Amino acid sequence: MTTATHVTDHAHDHHDHPSGIMRWVTATNHKDIGTLYLWFAFIMFLSGGVMALCIRLELFQPGLQYFRPELFNQFTTLHGLVMVFGAIMPAFTGLANWMLPLMLGAPDMAFARMNNWSFWLLPPAAALLMISFVVPGGAAAAGWTLYAPLATQMGVGMDLTIFAIHIMGISSIMGAINIIVTILNMRAPGMTLMKMPMFAWTSLITAYLLIAVMPVLAGAVTMVLTDRHFGTNFFNAAGGGDPVLYQHIFWFFGHPEVYIMALPAFGVVSQVIPTFSRKPLFGYHSMVYATASIAILSFMVWAHHMFAVGMPVTAQLFFMYATALIAVPTGVKVFNWIATMWKGAMTFETPMLFAIGFVCLFTMGGFSGVVLSIAAVDIQLQDTYYVVAHFHYVLVAGALFSLFAAVYYWLPKWTGHMYPEGRGKVHFWWSMIAFNVTFFPMHFLGLAGMPRRIPDYATQFTEFNTMATVGAFAFGIAQVYFLFFVLLPTIKGGQKAPQRPWEGGQTLEWEVPSPAPFHTWEEPPARELVDKLSAEQKLH
Amino acid sequence: MQAFQFRDAGTVAQTNSTPAAAGGRIVVGENMKNHRNKLLATLALFGASLSHAEYQLNFQQPATSIAQDVYSLHMTLLWICLVIFVIVFGVMFYSIFKHRKSTGHKPADFHESVTVEVVWTVIPLLIVVAMAWQATKVVINQKNTKGADVTVKVTGYQWKWGYDYLDEGFGFHSKLATPQTQYENFGKDSQQVEKKNENYLLEVDNAMVVPVGKKVRLLLTANDVIHSWWVPAFSTKQDAIPGFIRDTWFKADRVGVYRGQCAELCGKDHGFMPIVVNVVSDEDYKKWVSEQKKKAAESADDPNKKWELADLMKRGEKVYQDNCAVCHKPDGKGMGAFPALDGSKIAKGDRSAHVGIVLAGKNAMPGWSKTLSDTEIAAVITYERNAWGNKTGDVVQPSDIKAARK
Amino acid sequence: MSQTSDPGNRQILRRLLIVAVMMFGFGYALVPFYEKICSVTGINNMMKPDVMGNTQIDKTRWITVEFDSNTRHDLPWDFIPEKKKVMVHPGELVHVQYRVTNKSADKVAGQAIPSYSPALAAQYFKKLECFCFAKQTMGGQESRVMPVVFAIEPSLPKDVNTITLSYTFFMVEGATKGG
Repeated sequence: MTTATHVTDHAHDHHDHPSGIMRWVTATNHKDIGTLYLWFAFIMFLSGGVMALCIRLELFQPGLQYFRPELFNQFTTLHGLVMVFGAIMPAFTGLANWMLPLMLGAPDMAFARMNNWSFWLLPPAAALLMISFVVPGGAAAAGWTLYAPLATQMGVGMDLTIFAIHIMGISSIMGAINIIVTILNMRAPGMTLMKMPMFAWTSLITAYLLIAVMPVLAGAVTMVLTDRHFGTNFFNAAGGGDPVLYQHIFWFFGHPEVYIMALPAFGVVSQVIPTFSRKPLFGYHSMVYATASIAILSFMVWAHHMFAVGMPVTAQLFFMYATALIAVPTGVKVFNWIATMWKGAMTFETPMLFAIGFVCLFTMGGFSGVVLSIAAVDIQLQDTYYVVAHFHYVLVAGALFSLFAAVYYWLPKWTGHMYPEGRGKVHFWWSMIAFNVTFFPMHFLGLAGMPRRIPDYATQFTEFNTMATVGAFAFGIAQVYFLFFVLLPTIKGGQKAPQRPWEGGQTLEWEVPSPAPFHTWEEPPARELVDKLSAEQKLH
Repeated sequence: MQAFQFRDAGTVAQTNSTPAAAGGRIVVGENMKNHRNKLLATLALFGASLSHAEYQLNFQQPATSIAQDVYSLHMTLLWICLVIFVIVFGVMFYSIFKHRKSTGHKPADFHESVTVEVVWTVIPLLIVVAMAWQATKVVINQKNTKGADVTVKVTGYQWKWGYDYLDEGFGFHSKLATPQTQYENFGKDSQQVEKKNENYLLEVDNAMVVPVGKKVRLLLTANDVIHSWWVPAFSTKQDAIPGFIRDTWFKADRVGVYRGQCAELCGKDHGFMPIVVNVVSDEDYKKWVSEQKKKAAESADDPNKKWELADLMKRGEKVYQDNCAVCHKPDGKGMGAFPALDGSKIAKGDRSAHVGIVLAGKNAMPGWSKTLSDTEIAAVITYERNAWGNKTGDVVQPSDIKAARK
Repeated sequence: MSQTSDPGNRQILRRLLIVAVMMFGFGYALVPFYEKICSVTGINNMMKPDVMGNTQIDKTRWITVEFDSNTRHDLPWDFIPEKKKVMVHPGELVHVQYRVTNKSADKVAGQAIPSYSPALAAQYFKKLECFCFAKQTMGGQESRVMPVVFAIEPSLPKDVNTITLSYTFFMVEGATKGG
């Protein structure tokens, strides 16, 4: 989106790449690919958002007003899949593509052509998901978790969904490989692993998680596919299979997946908060260890999503304790961010606002997570709106807010223009309030006993549902405002951004001009520069 | 606190037939002895009654000891979280207001402190272990299904529940009793929308009945996909898994009607398969059991009986409304992919083709040969061939169905 | 881009691809692993005859064994245990029977899957003979008695005094016509 408008400024960059549409189709430049990823994610975010609004519209009042239950279930399923696999994951891969080479002092990602592939697999996968709405039987309606045997009952929409997941899985794995190799092999001289920006660390650990669990998900959906069409009985009791096995395999993927969406967010916030506090990140080392231990623990807690399936009591207890433990490293991170702010010299530009909003709301999501980790209480709250509230606090306020923080933070570097600060703040406060109006009441709904994934509800749930619907539409409008009043105007023009738009930025991306030229760090940054920046960040 | 009743606490809800007129009832806090909560609740009640709201902020009033434990556990967790919240965000917002550049604050230079980091790792660790430790007893108790007085087998179907009283030898199905016309409001304006029942979507035709103060063990399984049996007031939730049995239990402390819903997405009508448990005195339970046994004996139809058209129509209408109306609609007009029966070629044409489809199913329609008896199938086919505009005058006898099965 | 040919990069790429492929395999490996875990912890069924180790009968204990039966909706069979429950001593050899009637005119094959409650009872519940060990084919309108012979291991934990044995009969695909 960005360099496209500035090619004229950098005509000398132009000799080795095609222009027009072919520039994007054959893109191998990490900035172009990052841009493609980010736009793709934003479009998916809006599509998933429209589905969310359809869900909220139906739930505005009791009774079925607009959509049949079949269609409603398709919306909830596709909303989840599109947001997770189409919006959040590609957005973080896009950020990593754009920023990692800049922050590490590398000329590009390690495998440029594979990078092109991993992006261009995504649009066909998204198309498969969207097409599934119009095939006979409609889209998959088994929830984003695609639990068997409900998933084996579905029509051809489920097959399309499975193929889409396969394609997106391959794309993620290729993206992850690129990130790992780039980080391990292409850092500037003098930048040891322990001197990398935090965002690089979280991207690295996330990429490892992706490689470990995306194939497992691919395996699980492949088993559903063969159960559906080729007579296997992985999840069919009649043939000696077990439906609960699907849940074990799915959540073996699914819980690390939660951190795949959360860890890069931690990385972004760990860049933004020190910059605007004008103070180095507190406890860099413990941050790295906390991230790693969250990643490792995430493999040991999957069955906390399954407290109601009827596991032996020892399993309930093991998973309860393991899950509660994750609160510790997560808490360490929050404390570190606050200690970074402590006695800093803070200013509150939009990226900082979104980062602070992230810390507040993610912590709220953490609290409800602790409540849910206690198996006895979870039995009561499993599959209710309390869970819906919980994971939207960690995914919308967590992942999405950190993505907004990242976009505002790096927009000057991408476009060469400052975004309109006042409008950015409007976007933040509007999103913040609308988000809470939407999702806070859902805690009460869940406690009072409203199950999730239902198209209609008993009348005592009316007030909070109405409130949530009003909030959801306000939140949706806020994002449209962001597109038309912040994003597009900043790309088109606006105040010229200096090379260092933020006083406190001490990482390598601020050492290249704004907008970042098509090729950067073709000569790796000087050893002295890297050492100077590391010293400023107190990294040793 | 006694004055504040929970909407779903059974008998209480029943006595309030006009909830809106009764004003708002709101629930805050669980600790009946806690006077401060009482004060808060009074204030909240006052606020809520002004707005005539009918919402609730916490768990439903517990009706079992496990639910009470879960309630207290949750309140403890809530208080711990609240204290941590206040401390952590107190520090953060203090910093945000004090350490800003605009007030001329100069950034400090520290960036690590082993002591502080160890402290804020160890303290949360102790807190979470303490929380989990407290819950351990409840988890073990939840899983202890031994020593049950009554065993009921619960089977999840798309989209109804089956209850089998194994010791007594009878069983029945339990499905949503709210009429479809109350929840299907497509294209209706506000005048056309029907008034909703008080227990809209939380009422069933045949409630599960259990004796008060007795340990009821549930054996759960499902017939098609995974369902989940959940009654919030009991804090009992257990997935019903096709092909496997799982068990759970509850012991209701008070007589009353308790309502819940299926908690695991199970397809189209997942939101429309509620659970109602009627907790009665031991005496009433015994009476109910003997009635059910009598009914079970009566409903064993003689398959060779010759039926009259009128009787078949009456029986058939019930079978139709229970099994067919979800898709073909109560008026036989069908909906979307589900064809109308009123005036259909099948219902007005060849009898044996009609019987064949009902027995074997077609496309999205399941076969009913297993689910319905010969008498029921004969009745429903007779009904479909004579109801609405289909005045064929045909009478299909159970013996015809028996013959057709061969 | 010049780095693409870097041997170090290639090597890591290769390793990571191997990891990815192995993790795909790991997803599948979870299937037998899960079955193993389940059979050890007794969560799910075991569909082959058990060998009874200790045949000492513990006359001091009574265990109530309940029998439950289910048929999936597409299988036109009546399937009921002759006895709802029996009281047995651990170690004692017990014969029980289920009555099965095929209500349809066609030959139908079914497979019964056992399940236990409490789940941990499965490892102590030894079936020496069971109709669930093989597919059962029933002629049209046929009625048959199907036996189960079992014993409960005396090592059954002391606090277990009721075991429910539940069977679900499933139609075996493709066996409906003349199968």
